Amino acid sequence: MTRKQRRMTIIGGSLAVLALAAALVLNALRDSIVFFSTPTMVAENHVQPGKRFRLGGLVQPGSLQRGDNLAVTFEVADGGAKLPVAFKGILPDLFREGQGVVAEGALDANGVFKADTVLAKHDETYMPKDVADALKKQGHWKDDYGAKDSNKASGGPKPSATTAQGNSQGAVR
Amino acid sequence: MIAEAGHYALVLALALALIQSFVPMIGARLRDPALMNVARSTALAQLLFVGASFIALVTLHVNSDFSVANVYENSHSMKPLIYKITGVWGNHEGSMLLWVSILALFGGLVAAFGNNLPLSLRAHVLAVQAWIASAFYLFILITSNPFLRIVNPPIEGRDLNPVLQDIGLAVHPPMLYLGYVGFSISFSFAIAALIEGRIDAAWARWVRPWTLVAWIFLTLGIAMGSYWAYYELGWGGWWFWDPVENASLMPWLAGTALLHSALVMEKRNALKVWTILLSILTFSLSLLGTFLVRSGVITSVHAFANDPTRGVFILLILCLFIGGSLSLFAGRATSLKQGGLFAPISREGALVLNNLLLTVACAVVLFGTLYPLAMEVLADFKMSVGAPFYNLSFVPLFVLLLLAVPFGPLLAWKRGDLLGVTQRLLAAGVAGLVVIALVWAWTRGGSALAPLAIGLGVFVIAGALTDLAERTGLFRLPFATSLHRARGLPRSAWGTVFAHAGLGVALIGIVCETTWNSEYIATMKPNDVAQVAGYELKLDGLLERQGPNYREMIAQFNVSRDGEALSVMTPSKRSFTTRGSSTTEAALLTRGASQLYISLGDVTAEGAIAVRIYHKPLVLMIWWGPVLMAFGGMLSLSDRRLRVGAPKPARAKQRLQPAE
Repeated sequence: MTRKQRRMTIIGGSLAVLALAAALVLNALRDSIVFFSTPTMVAENHVQPGKRFRLGGLVQPGSLQRGDNLAVTFEVADGGAKLPVAFKGILPDLFREGQGVVAEGALDANGVFKADTVLAKHDETYMPKDVADALKKQGHWKDDYGAKDSNKASGGPKPSATTAQGNSQGAVR
Repeated sequence: MIAEAGHYALVLALALALIQSFVPMIGARLRDPALMNVARSTALAQLLFVGASFIALVTLHVNSDFSVANVYENSHSMKPLIYKITGVWGNHEGSMLLWVSILALFGGLVAAFGNNLPLSLRAHVLAVQAWIASAFYLFILITSNPFLRIVNPPIEGRDLNPVLQDIGLAVHPPMLYLGYVGFSISFSFAIAALIEGRIDAAWARWVRPWTLVAWIFLTLGIAMGSYWAYYELGWGGWWFWDPVENASLMPWLAGTALLHSALVMEKRNALKVWTILLSILTFSLSLLGTFLVRSGVITSVHAFANDPTRGVFILLILCLFIGGSLSLFAGRATSLKQGGLFAPISREGALVLNNLLLTVACAVVLFGTLYPLAMEVLADFKMSVGAPFYNLSFVPLFVLLLLAVPFGPLLAWKRGDLLGVTQRLLAAGVAGLVVIALVWAWTRGGSALAPLAIGLGVFVIAGALTDLAERTGLFRLPFATSLHRARGLPRSAWGTVFAHAGLGVALIGIVCETTWNSEYIATMKPNDVAQVAGYELKLDGLLERQGPNYREMIAQFNVSRDGEALSVMTPSKRSFTTRGSSTTEAALLTRGASQLYISLGDVTAEGAIAVRIYHKPLVLMIWWGPVLMAFGGMLSLSDRRLRVGAPKPARAKQRLQPAE
């Protein structure tokens, strides 16, 4: 084999691996990414039942109901709209009414959001960023959330920043 | 007083770093040994001052001096001593101080043990180290000063985030940082080589031990973090493909590639330009990881609004170093002479394939991490990329890599015989197939992927052992001869065997845990019995206890199997009064490599408690794998050929000759 042929083999091999990786990534992107929505966005965009997405908002005070065998229902609101959520399992330690929450799942035929994952940060001042942004955008941002947030800015508790492992983020399945 | 002294020491360290950034460079230009030697003294003095600064912060935390903002926000006088110390790096400012301390430590080590380096190379390496150090000292002093005072000191602190009050915080961040920052050395060597325009096999021999040290710590740091997340977060997950985790995985992938390409360069004097590029990329990914974690950019791009100076500052450092080093690379790389021809089927070829797959896998992770960010900025919608994405993209690439792993060490340098190697790997392949068949038969038509993946793991382990058997002539020669040969094998050969086998071990653990994990979630009253994977867990009762800075509720479980009592498990739920938050302390029962795992939920009105019980088969193998890999790395590090800074100037002269 000449030097040129050797080089071409290596370059050809590299291109093949790159092409393979690109194909894998494009294929994976087609059906494995999950979008973030708020109840208002869900109401406006008529999300199809069965399509997975992440729902973010505040847990509506007074809406939490515990059923048999760890079934819970609650409502997620963002000031504009409300969406009922059903979940079965153990809620995260800091799940509270009136606090921010992010749930992952899909709508069922009756328009109830069936969550299989409820995400929460283990921090009492935590307001999920996605939720905060969505609330700000819609003008429902209250100052006391801001105060909590500025706490963080001044070097207060930074759950996601404290370790390089994202340990403070828990998810309940 | 202590705070001011610590602050001042940090400023002095910055001054020293600035001197170290320029004087040795000028010295190298003028070929003035005195000026070049300035690097050595400044690097050591820098280590001294940063160390003093770090100790000052630790002292403040231990003394609970709440007049310092950092202590007030992250400490509490009732907190146990160990968490007072570890709490130092459990927050942004302190962890950045740890980052620069470790950077100074590595700089100091090069200065102290780099006597066998050519003077100008050492001067350049330390100057580049000082550039990085100066940038981060400035960052700390301007945007994240840990020594700021509060005008009216409060009486009590706000306590550390309860999740972080765990022994994991004592080990995980320092390990991870030793890994991240350790790659700065290979980066500095690469930049120094580009500046000098000279690189040879000896260069690779100097760089490899440093890369190996960083890689060992990073491997252990990631594994430790994963285990910590597993037992602390209370739902049994050990890897989340969270951007923060990806930030540590990317330098690991690139660093693993670098280890292997440096091997080619050292042995065969080939792949020089590529090795330099990888050194730059690996540390760039470490910097990117620091940026992602420290700027808060990962939860949302809008986190910049919280504290614009910090994010923008690190982004500037990032652009400056990555942009600068890559431009230097683009300008200078062509002047490096290529050497060492090899056929595509050869040890070199196999290592090129290894590098290719590792870097492409790393690129996939990078894409998955940054794509949501890019989409949010460019298209203004939010989404997340999670495990399903990586299962479809990262995993297939890694499977290819694992298939190739056993072939690499068996191929000859320069020109290999693929057919011969395949024949020698026949036994390993058969072992893999037998295991596939056995697992298949045992699980009776469950998932087809799991037996295949376990077979792959067995193939990787058996392949590593085949390499060992080939080298020692096991089964071919009398046993005593093989034993003698095994004793004479270089430690790095043993290192390869352990590291590669570790991959297989981790793979088997991952597959077993994800496929045959059994889960039981229910509310239980005292004397209720839960049946999980053949174990009976009886809830004896609930009791309350007062800890140093928390109250906890403990549930006591009696675990038995087939009527035989095994152990008592006591998961608990702690509520921390200062922060008003609670943590779940899972209870673990280890049986061989498998574990039973209990974590608690809320107590209901009727006195019942929600519990989550898992049986995780062979879960511990997930972490034994990385430990084996790191052990292999240590063996390789102790190889005579690579001993870190075996100084002897006489031998150093010989080392200057290019190998072969």
